[in-house]
Amino acid sequence: MAAKETKLRDVVLESGIEVKPIYRPEDIAHIDYERDIGEPGEYPFTRGIHRYMYRYRPWTMRQYAGFGTPAETNGRFKFLIAHGQNALNVAFDLPTQMGLDSDDPMAYGEVGRVGMAVDTLRDMEVAFEGIPIDKISVSLTVNAVTPIILAMYLTVAEKQGVPRDQVRGTTQNDILKEYIGRGAWIFPVEPSIRLIGDTIEFCAREAPKYYPVSVCGYHIRESGATPVQEIAYAYCIAKAYIDEVLQRGLSVDDFAGRISFNFNIFGNLWEQVAKFRAARRLWARLMKEEYGAQKPDTMKMKMIAGGGGSGLTIEEPENNIVRGAYYALIAALSGAQTSALCCYDEAYTIPSPKASLISLRTMQILAEEMGLCDTVDPLAGSYYIEWLTAEMEKRIVAEMRRVDEEWGGIVNAVSQGLVQAEVARQAYEYERKLQSGEIVKVGVNKYRVEGEEFVPEVELHEYRPEAMEEQMRRLAQVKAERDPVEVEAALAEVRDACASGHNVMPAMVRAVRAYCTLGEIVGVMKEVFGVFQEPVRV
Amino acid sequence: MNHRPPVRVLIAKPGLDGHDKGAKVVAHALRDAGCEVIYTGLHKTIEEIVEIALQEDVDVIGLSILSGAHLPLTAKLMERLREEGMTDVTVIVGGNIPHGDRPKLLELGAQAVFATGSRLEEIAKFVTKVKRRE
Repeated sequence: MAAKETKLRDVVLESGIEVKPIYRPEDIAHIDYERDIGEPGEYPFTRGIHRYMYRYRPWTMRQYAGFGTPAETNGRFKFLIAHGQNALNVAFDLPTQMGLDSDDPMAYGEVGRVGMAVDTLRDMEVAFEGIPIDKISVSLTVNAVTPIILAMYLTVAEKQGVPRDQVRGTTQNDILKEYIGRGAWIFPVEPSIRLIGDTIEFCAREAPKYYPVSVCGYHIRESGATPVQEIAYAYCIAKAYIDEVLQRGLSVDDFAGRISFNFNIFGNLWEQVAKFRAARRLWARLMKEEYGAQKPDTMKMKMIAGGGGSGLTIEEPENNIVRGAYYALIAALSGAQTSALCCYDEAYTIPSPKASLISLRTMQILAEEMGLCDTVDPLAGSYYIEWLTAEMEKRIVAEMRRVDEEWGGIVNAVSQGLVQAEVARQAYEYERKLQSGEIVKVGVNKYRVEGEEFVPEVELHEYRPEAMEEQMRRLAQVKAERDPVEVEAALAEVRDACASGHNVMPAMVRAVRAYCTLGEIVGVMKEVFGVFQEPVRV
Repeated sequence: MNHRPPVRVLIAKPGLDGHDKGAKVVAHALRDAGCEVIYTGLHKTIEEIVEIALQEDVDVIGLSILSGAHLPLTAKLMERLREEGMTDVTVIVGGNIPHGDRPKLLELGAQAVFATGSRLEEIAKFVTKVKRRE
């Protein structure tokens, strides 16, 4: 007689994959080590893009920071560098991201609120004063206004004595994901993709060490996408940018190796680790097989893994320190080149210095006390992980095919609002499962302390309205001191470049050097390109 | 016996903040609860929001704000509604609202505040009970 069946709960990952209680050798019999996994640093790079990974050098720790005036941000940068952070990730305020000057009526109340305010080159000079641009790699979180901010950054570097071809760093510059999540878009889809092409082409020719684009699955996931959709949509987007640049006569090996990725680490630990391993393998295959890349560097998927804000909770915020530690563990087990963690207070405020430091320490402890840097891809060969990696890859490929076959490609899907509607539907489904308790959040929908309504006991970052006044004063001063004839001529050149289809970057460099304001330059661009009309589908 | 017409709700994203997940989730939830829901899309001025509210003849405006600018934006909305004589529209505010700002928002004239983490059923319960405007 058969033994009585043990009743086990079902486990289905967010990506829809059913998980068995036990995995065995036969589950990975179809996986070939040479073909599908390979040595670290070798095609298809499943185990990592470098031979010795963290054994040679731990991941880069790059906390996101920036608020108020450029001078205040400069102070926070120096604080983080003094505590051992070796890269910067700059937050800009919403007016800057949306191409508005600090004195624009639409900017009222937002100047310096969620990042630092930038109106002219002068602000960037102040923000990077005393920061060695040749030694610290700087990531600039801008999208729609990237050509302008990138021109400012390269000019600041030049003024510090760092030639353009030696500048390292990254601009986020992924506009397609802004239409899906995050929302900092300005221009319509087509000219926006062209501008990204301009920055990639310009960097390939003049600043070859610079990463002009970081394609962000991160925000798509934050907006509600599953881990499979996160990678699938990001790869469709990256391919759209690559296709744009290929039309300009460059070969894929000239530039695609300088497109990096920004992915999210919140969620089920195994699912995320498998996601990143699958993503590396699939990117290598896409670049080699579909695009005919020859250089291994083109096939290497470089990424920053970010400790997802949407996994954090307002309730019992100290629990977020623990969540952050596990997110950092996921990133380390996944072989990310760079990591950033959301801070424990970030669910409700701009992080305090203490919270920023705890996030940095979390990563340092992991790297230097826990042995995460001892050996490469330590989960390789696990029956479950290898099986799940293959399963994730299969599903990412299927989702990418769906974008092309059902939605007419990612550009059409974004223009029509189809991806946005799909991601919003997922978000609603996730929220309902969270509220019904089907998805557990400790301290929120399980083991919740009832009674007093939650009042945060941690400090809130106070918005300083004076920052707006200081910023407006500096803007007025810069305007009074600059050469108005050169300003007009430079803006006319921007207009011509936008209208003619020539690469806009040389005109942008001239305009920022003349201290044209961000708002003036974007104003000219809007006249030529118009603005995006959001397809509202709910 | 219960032939109450559905409550008409405008979910609005004022200002520059581009985080619209919460706004869309609440829009879905209210629609499932039987409301007629209109969503403004991103980057709307307060003037544009009031204009849409007027045209669509809504009973409720739900502002969704995650940038931290909820106090100046809500104050501006209330002022604009008064100017248009639309004081009978119910205003609710959602998003990243620190606990201490809740009374300030209510004082400005918001009828309810649903900060991040609020239960969808509570929002639906509140909104479906709003009296339809004459």
